[in-house]
Amino acid sequence: MGKGLETKTGTAKATRVAYGEVLLELGKKRQDIVVLDADLSGSTNTGKFGKAFPDRFFNIGISEQDMMGTAAGLSLAGKLPFASTFAIFATGRAWEQVRQTICYSNLNVKIVATHGGITVGEDGASHQSVEDLTLMRVLPNMTIIVPADAKETEEVIEVISDEYGPTYVRLGRAKVPVIMPEDYRFNIGKAYIFHIGKDANIISCGIMVEKALKASERLKNDGLDVGVINMSTIKPIDEETIISVAKTSRAIVTAEEHSIIGGLGSAVTEVLSEKYPVPVKRIGVKDCFGCSGDPEGLLKLYSLTVEDIIAGIREVVRMKDNLW
Amino acid sequence: MKVAVDIKDLEEKARLIRIDILKMLTLAGSGHTGGSLSAADIVTALYFYKMRYNPKDPSWRERDRFILSKGHAAPLLYAALSRAGYFNPELLKTLRKIGSPLQGHPSRQSLPGVEVSTGSLGQGLSVANGIALGLRLDGIDSRVYCLLGDGEIQEGQIWEASMTAAHYHLDNICAIVDNNGLQIDGPVKEVMRVDPLPQKWNAFGWHIIETDGHNMGEIITALDEAETIKGKPTVIIAHTVKGKGVSFFEGRVEYHGIAPTQEELTRALKELGEVQHG
Repeated sequence: MGKGLETKTGTAKATRVAYGEVLLELGKKRQDIVVLDADLSGSTNTGKFGKAFPDRFFNIGISEQDMMGTAAGLSLAGKLPFASTFAIFATGRAWEQVRQTICYSNLNVKIVATHGGITVGEDGASHQSVEDLTLMRVLPNMTIIVPADAKETEEVIEVISDEYGPTYVRLGRAKVPVIMPEDYRFNIGKAYIFHIGKDANIISCGIMVEKALKASERLKNDGLDVGVINMSTIKPIDEETIISVAKTSRAIVTAEEHSIIGGLGSAVTEVLSEKYPVPVKRIGVKDCFGCSGDPEGLLKLYSLTVEDIIAGIREVVRMKDNLW
Repeated sequence: MKVAVDIKDLEEKARLIRIDILKMLTLAGSGHTGGSLSAADIVTALYFYKMRYNPKDPSWRERDRFILSKGHAAPLLYAALSRAGYFNPELLKTLRKIGSPLQGHPSRQSLPGVEVSTGSLGQGLSVANGIALGLRLDGIDSRVYCLLGDGEIQEGQIWEASMTAAHYHLDNICAIVDNNGLQIDGPVKEVMRVDPLPQKWNAFGWHIIETDGHNMGEIITALDEAETIKGKPTVIIAHTVKGKGVSFFEGRVEYHGIAPTQEELTRALKELGEVQHG
């Protein structure tokens, strides 16, 4: 995989910015890539591609349903379409177009949505998607990926360009620290294990991976060995890794910037309850809408902080001790 | 351009396609009779006069594309595809049965010749636009035909797509509205008025052609004219009769979504001049 970009571990960058950059690089290499947006190309960062390749960029206006259908048609004509808008509009407003036209026909459309989760911030609940993973996970043929940082985003966009099939990638608005190692290579359906813990393991995705790493570090001082897994592919879920780490620690915490209904937490508990039942605590948005505010304040308000993960770990460790 | 078009031959093809539709629907015991029959002449003209395709190579890049946006007219598409040589006509007998590639609404994954799965209304024109944009990028002069129902265009996505086609000057697109005036719940003008169609499409930037959707000569003239229009998409508003070809189905709203009984089939085939065996 030729790397044209160099997002360094330890720096900070929004995943949507990384997307705009990698798309531009890929556009230079591949003539078949076309990009669609629904009047948000400045925010989603597809505008960079649009400026460089105006013939291969289609602004469809504020009509997400039409955008998904047009992307489907472009894929039928042999193109590799990337369709971008905010997560809630891509998956909510256009859900049935994604289902009927893209997934049912199994078309090679890459839906890369930005502004996932509550860290959208001040715009409030109407623009904060905490349901998108649920909505996409139920669709047959769909692959779902939530990169943890800018570096992983670059990897993900390159990898999915070479893999056939409908794909949903969820990106964020805010700057996030780059935590994936320099030599990291993304594989669809393969989790990245920072380390496996004996006392508990945190299975996380997106911006919560960094918080999981901090939680693990803090608990080390208390003598707890807590592992951290970046489950960036939500579907197909890496069952093997889930079961393997559950066998080691017999206590699992999931962490996602998404509703606890239907997203990563649900995917993990579905695997575990059928194949290796252990206590699980899901950290996520608890069946409610977001609200306006600064992103950090919202993470506190919705219990998505390092402290919340730590509390979750203590809870599952206690549950485990009572059980075994 | 084709020379010496044999209108009689096309009319005979349309008659045979109507017979196929009625037989397969009766066997299936369910399905959409009225809207399959209303568009039969249009689709016959497309597959046996206008469109360029190769049934031996369904993914031939330079083929013209047909998108059945009103996916419930699947029996019509299947009859046309089988007569065009895409598959053995025996398959028509499996319509709507478990394991059949002939799904109740067209499925791309099941049947070669189906360009995209449809059935949920209002989505086909967007797909047609995407194909048209892709063809233009590749410098391929194929055309994309998209059949819409008049009830179907109540869906907002159709108007989103109509803006897109005009905005991108997609003159390789030809939409056809099967304007049969009826939808499941009753006359379109009573359920949710879509008139005036020519003014609406014109306001959205399209070239308008109105035609009698059952007059083969008029249909092919319209299709030929559409091809000459440059710089904007064309819509053919085809005035049709729901259930056309079978007197007791014509204009009857209740035959939107039900199949003929065996007795009705016998009468219908007699009207269409077909003698039933066995």
